[in-house]
Amino acid sequence: MNQKNNNVILEVNDLKMYFPVMRGLLRRKVADIKAVDGVSFNLKKDETLGLVGESGCGKTTIGRCILGLYRATAGNILFQDKDIAKMPEKKLREMRREIALIFQDPYSSLDPRQNAGNIVGEPLKIHQMVMNRGEYKDRVEQLFRTVGLDPSMIDRFPHEFSGGQRQRIGVARALACNPSLIICDEPISALDVSIQAQIINLLEELQDGARELSYLFIAHDLSVVRHISDRVAVMYLGHIFEICKSRELYDKPLHPYTRALLSAIPIADPFVEETRERIILKGEVPSPLNPPSGCPFHPRCFMAVPECSQSVPTLKEVIPGHEVACIRV
Amino acid sequence: MTELLKVNNLVTQFKTENGIVKAVSDVSYYLDELEIIGLVGESGCGKSVSQLSVMQLINAPGEITGGEVIFEGKDILKYAPHSPQMRAIRGARIAMIFQEPMTSLNPVLTIGQQLTEMLVLHLKMNAEAARKRAIELLGMVGIPAAEGRIDDYPHNFSGGMRQRVMIAMGLSCNPRILIADEPTTALDVTTQAQLLELMRDMVKHFRASLIIVTHNLGVVARYAKRIYIMYAGRIVESGTTKDIFSKPRHPYTIGLLKCIPRLDEEEGRKLVPIEGLPPNLINMPPTCAFLPRCSWKIDKCYKEPWPDITPVNDNHYIRCFVDTSDVNNEPKKQ
Repeated sequence: MNQKNNNVILEVNDLKMYFPVMRGLLRRKVADIKAVDGVSFNLKKDETLGLVGESGCGKTTIGRCILGLYRATAGNILFQDKDIAKMPEKKLREMRREIALIFQDPYSSLDPRQNAGNIVGEPLKIHQMVMNRGEYKDRVEQLFRTVGLDPSMIDRFPHEFSGGQRQRIGVARALACNPSLIICDEPISALDVSIQAQIINLLEELQDGARELSYLFIAHDLSVVRHISDRVAVMYLGHIFEICKSRELYDKPLHPYTRALLSAIPIADPFVEETRERIILKGEVPSPLNPPSGCPFHPRCFMAVPECSQSVPTLKEVIPGHEVACIRV
Repeated sequence: MTELLKVNNLVTQFKTENGIVKAVSDVSYYLDELEIIGLVGESGCGKSVSQLSVMQLINAPGEITGGEVIFEGKDILKYAPHSPQMRAIRGARIAMIFQEPMTSLNPVLTIGQQLTEMLVLHLKMNAEAARKRAIELLGMVGIPAAEGRIDDYPHNFSGGMRQRVMIAMGLSCNPRILIADEPTTALDVTTQAQLLELMRDMVKHFRASLIIVTHNLGVVARYAKRIYIMYAGRIVESGTTKDIFSKPRHPYTIGLLKCIPRLDEEEGRKLVPIEGLPPNLINMPPTCAFLPRCSWKIDKCYKEPWPDITPVNDNHYIRCFVDTSDVNNEPKKQ
């Protein structure tokens, strides 16, 4: 897994995405919201990288930058050795055949006026992946079966499906062009507990069955992310604080924020809960408009020292394959 | 410990054009003094409606059609929803915190106006005393510089802060029972943890009992002493938290515990989803509502109506024909 480049499908280097804040009559720029502020990571072939963090930490923004939906302020995003951040619009369209997206809300992300077959098949038409009607029909039916839907439901409309089935339609649409990377943006958080496992298992099975498929799995639920991912990146206010193998995340969390985040999540086992360490953080996530100086976490950190407010720590490999951005580690 | 609240065979229905929705059917539970219990279920299982029924906050087309709610020895369902007796209980003796801190505060009134309203109404305080008490309460729930914030409007507060205000409101009249309906679902993880700890400490401080309504099994495992599991409007299993997690007996509970990812699980664990969908609560057959999704079903399940809730052990009850205990049910770390 540690081989260089030939194994890496996506490499993000020092990515920055700032959104300008305009004020006044002349719409002058008064400040930047630093949604993503210097993020680097890579994603290997057939790997699942989890991206966790609380709302507003920039995880969705990273996903959108990778799809070229936002043009990054700085940094580069190398996908199959081509830089998405600087790609012209026309090239981006071609590239989106290779990178697909699964959305959070299966209710608002499907066009209510198109039937399920059209929703799944539209990417095939746009990217001219099929030659004729027969082939198109076959491919759509095949996609339905792949995600566990009955092809006889092709003519139904989104409102006739349950939440879990709708998310399956969303997965089928993402798979339509045989992508090599799927960005899953909170794909299960809108679903009921007993349905969530169905979608998690579907995503896992698809990856096992595919010739080559990587996931960038964006979610706020650490237990889900840890379950599905090979590696996990923990984000806070536009920065990555820790990247490691998902097993190490629970066994050996190093960054104080990761430790607090882990302890904040209750485990469904009263016996384990009795003895667990609980770190309750003070305060709330600061606004990205006016982030604290130095390490963005230092005002809430239980390990902070005066030096923490001086410089922004960068990711350092502390243990092989385990990177942390903290001067106290 | 003495029994504070006892709900017997509660039934709440909604009349719709398509038929009668049996949101809550035959729900019974009790709550002791100073106790924390959890009511767990997926969306649409009737957990919120059962709590709104206790408070008599059910509007047409909904109707409480049966059962009793014994609070401090009296059946409060006998009081009309707008009667002075019910008003004296609702908000004052039994208080409720709702899921959406964004929508459950009135946006055009200040926090202080909303908080003092209850104190003046229920505790007959004068305006000055109420304001002083309100500031004190805001301080207790961790709002910094409460004197300066009391005249702010809800939009000046973050989601977590708004839910703190809701907790202060809930506890302002020294209620005996606080019902928290998905109190932290809309919030971020670290804020959730802060608020749950705060809620537990505050309930202890005010010597109240707490009912946590949630879909999150982790939250009840951490805070509740006893749990009621609901499915399709009925309680399907109840018992102490430890019994339910270590020896779940109802097939739905067993399935639920197998299908959630755990933070401390071992690598390579496969989730076992519950196949199928939760049932439509309109025109339900008399047989067990979990039957179509159940992997333990036997012939009897198809022939007979849903059984009554029966004890399997001390304080451990299930609503099921099948004896699931002869297979090893220990929660394995798979």
